[in-house]
Amino acid sequence: MSKSIRATAALAAVLASAPILSSATSPAMAWEPTKPVEIVVAAGAGGASDQMARMMQAAIQKNNLMKAPVVVSLKGGASGAEALIYMKSSDGDANKVLIAYSLIYMLPLSAKIPFNWRDLTPVSVVAMDQFVLWDNASGAKTVKEFIAAAKAASSPFKMGGTGSKREDHVLTVFMEKQTGAKFSYLPYKSGGEAATQLVGNHTEANVNNPSENLEVWRAGQVRALCVFDKERISYKTKVTETQSWNDIPTCKEEGLDVQYLMLRAMFLPGKVTPEQQAFYVDLFEKVTKTAEYKDYMEKQALKPIFLKGPEMLKFLEEDDALNKSLMTEAGFVAK
Amino acid sequence: MEAFGLLMHGFAVLMTWKIISLMVVGLVLGIFVGVLPGLGGPNGVAILLPLTFTMDPTSAIVMLSCIYWGALFGGAITSILFNIPGEAWSVATTFDGYPMAQQGKAAEALTAAFTSSFIGSLVAVLLITFLAPMISSFALKFGPPEFFAVYLLTFCSFVGLGREAKHKTVISMALGLLIAGIGMDTVSGTLRMTFGSTDLLRGINFLVAVIGLFGISEILLTMEERLALRGHAAKISLRTVLKVWMDLPKYWATLLRSSVIGCWLGITPGGAIAASFMGYNLAKRFSKDPESFGKGRIEGVFAPETAAHASGTAALLPMLALGIPGSGTAAILLGGLMVWGLNPGPLLFVEHKDFVWGLIASMYLGNVVGLVIVLTTVPIFASILRVPFAAVAPMIVVSCAIGAYAIQNAMFDIWLMLGFGVVGYVFKKIGIPLAPFTLALVLGSRAEDAFRLAMIGSGGSVGVFWSNGLVGTITTLAITLLFWPVIDKAFSGVGRMLRPMAQTP
Repeated sequence: MSKSIRATAALAAVLASAPILSSATSPAMAWEPTKPVEIVVAAGAGGASDQMARMMQAAIQKNNLMKAPVVVSLKGGASGAEALIYMKSSDGDANKVLIAYSLIYMLPLSAKIPFNWRDLTPVSVVAMDQFVLWDNASGAKTVKEFIAAAKAASSPFKMGGTGSKREDHVLTVFMEKQTGAKFSYLPYKSGGEAATQLVGNHTEANVNNPSENLEVWRAGQVRALCVFDKERISYKTKVTETQSWNDIPTCKEEGLDVQYLMLRAMFLPGKVTPEQQAFYVDLFEKVTKTAEYKDYMEKQALKPIFLKGPEMLKFLEEDDALNKSLMTEAGFVAK
Repeated sequence: MEAFGLLMHGFAVLMTWKIISLMVVGLVLGIFVGVLPGLGGPNGVAILLPLTFTMDPTSAIVMLSCIYWGALFGGAITSILFNIPGEAWSVATTFDGYPMAQQGKAAEALTAAFTSSFIGSLVAVLLITFLAPMISSFALKFGPPEFFAVYLLTFCSFVGLGREAKHKTVISMALGLLIAGIGMDTVSGTLRMTFGSTDLLRGINFLVAVIGLFGISEILLTMEERLALRGHAAKISLRTVLKVWMDLPKYWATLLRSSVIGCWLGITPGGAIAASFMGYNLAKRFSKDPESFGKGRIEGVFAPETAAHASGTAALLPMLALGIPGSGTAAILLGGLMVWGLNPGPLLFVEHKDFVWGLIASMYLGNVVGLVIVLTTVPIFASILRVPFAAVAPMIVVSCAIGAYAIQNAMFDIWLMLGFGVVGYVFKKIGIPLAPFTLALVLGSRAEDAFRLAMIGSGGSVGVFWSNGLVGTITTLAITLLFWPVIDKAFSGVGRMLRPMAQTP
């Protein structure tokens, strides 16, 4: 009785996913998680990774993409190293999936964490995250004014960010190199904290991801000066009363030639079977087609992207090399 | 009036069968852990925290806070009937509660304890209701120097106002700070004191330490002392309850004083323990008949219980609005909030209105329901203590181990918990207080980060801690409290010199 139900369900799953499956991966549907699947977040509660994990949890459950329940588990200890070590020590456990970002390249370099993303099983890259230069709504109105203010400041000009020797810190160093201005970088525990501190005027600026400053931007407490990308963010719906994401100029337009994008990618622990890997590639491909995902991309101003297989590997290798050179140039690689 | 409307909205959020029944379950569990020696509020909440992970945040926090109220109520039962404080903050309740029980007035003592707990919480909840909307704009004023000043205030008040020997408090705190330094250092982005161990990478979890320090060490002590649990039977009749309630107005001054002390100590992180002792001592000092305290005086039950509950409740306000826990249990609840993706801080009041006001409304409801439950179930809970210790102890140890494991799903944490159990046992034996140690463990790394960020921001000038009225006041207050024993002595010395002079002419 129960066997026939399971067989029918499996068949239904194959049929449902047939249009987007290539013929090579269809036998993979033999595997499906039976225990709750844990989305491992390498950051604190409420941060960009956490929010994304919760969006995926909702997308999977609302659209019945998988029978096993999804739980989000926060492993933000040691600036996210906890999650990396947790994944590394879970070899062969296909019920854990990490939502990774650039820390997989940076943390092993800056803190000598014994971790290499090549030990994990890549599933897919699901989005690229932007960085925006923000200042307090009462501060400078343009990048030029902002840089001039930083140069003229007699006391330390404070730039808030998440963690030390990471994306935010690297961006700050490259802004210094480009402009000759001097910033005092204040590493906070989370992007949310960096946002609150900017609103309270305890820092002059930060380089938060759009999602981290979204609420205070909408509340009119901070101003978006420029986005660190080659092109403007594509979303044109008004987010604040007067501005859409698309209204924010690129930093290059404003004469500050610094660019950085951060991956958001899914990884399984090492030593999982190809069937298990294929299941998750398929699952997250379906996730990127849900309304929840599309909504989230727009709301948080993320760049949609989907990479898997050899394409993803090629991307990871290039991205790793890029991050490594940035970290080296900034002087953040531990000896 | 805005607060009133929001509160009504909060009640509306709560009024579902699911939440009401979770509330009752939480209260009963809380009373249970409050009655068991060695468990108690922080441990109870810590152990039961993972149970709530699958719930939505509002149900989860309602259940957890009800466990908290339950533990606060439960601690009084064992203090009065068995002379065993189930909780550190009910130690002061034993002074007069147990003598009353010996005189056959257990029912009066229990009713007095429960009623005053209720009054204490109610005053604190009223305070939270009307202060909460204001607190968020206030909280935005807090930058690194301000945060450090608050942490400094907490540390200093422990040293200056604590009843234990100063050097022991400092030793305990210093050890806590040392252990808090293990793991990733946010400011420099490097690892410290991990000695290449991946288990130490994430640092020493505060909850694991607490379960060991309090739970396991208590079991070790009890084993050593071969404590026989022999208690007084208790049954509360409606008539006793009414009789005690009729007498309440007589003690309004004590109740009011203890409520104020409790609220103040709860908001400036000092904890329920300090509040209960302070409430008791002040009631004694202001009494016309201080000699009768300690011999079974009902006022000696009212005073500490009101203060303990007021501070236990008020401690939730700084936790919600600033992310600074006022007590050990509040610190654990704080951890819980983050698990559910709620970042405590000023924006919590703006972004998660349902949650915040649901919680505040649950404080009202939880206390009313709790009062009814404890008054009716005292005989059942009292019977727990007749179960042989040999049967209860393994259960407690197992629940501690599960609690420690569940926090991060790490076997290493169980060993750590046992290690801390031994540390706690040794500390208790040589009279080193545990509270400063746990406090340093919770606030140590935050205080360090805040200090270093303040230093980066000011370019290394210590003057930043007096750079505006807010931070200056807190820092000065902190330093005053640190040297309070000296100042107090100086003042009473001056007072003694003045008095004879006034009398001579």
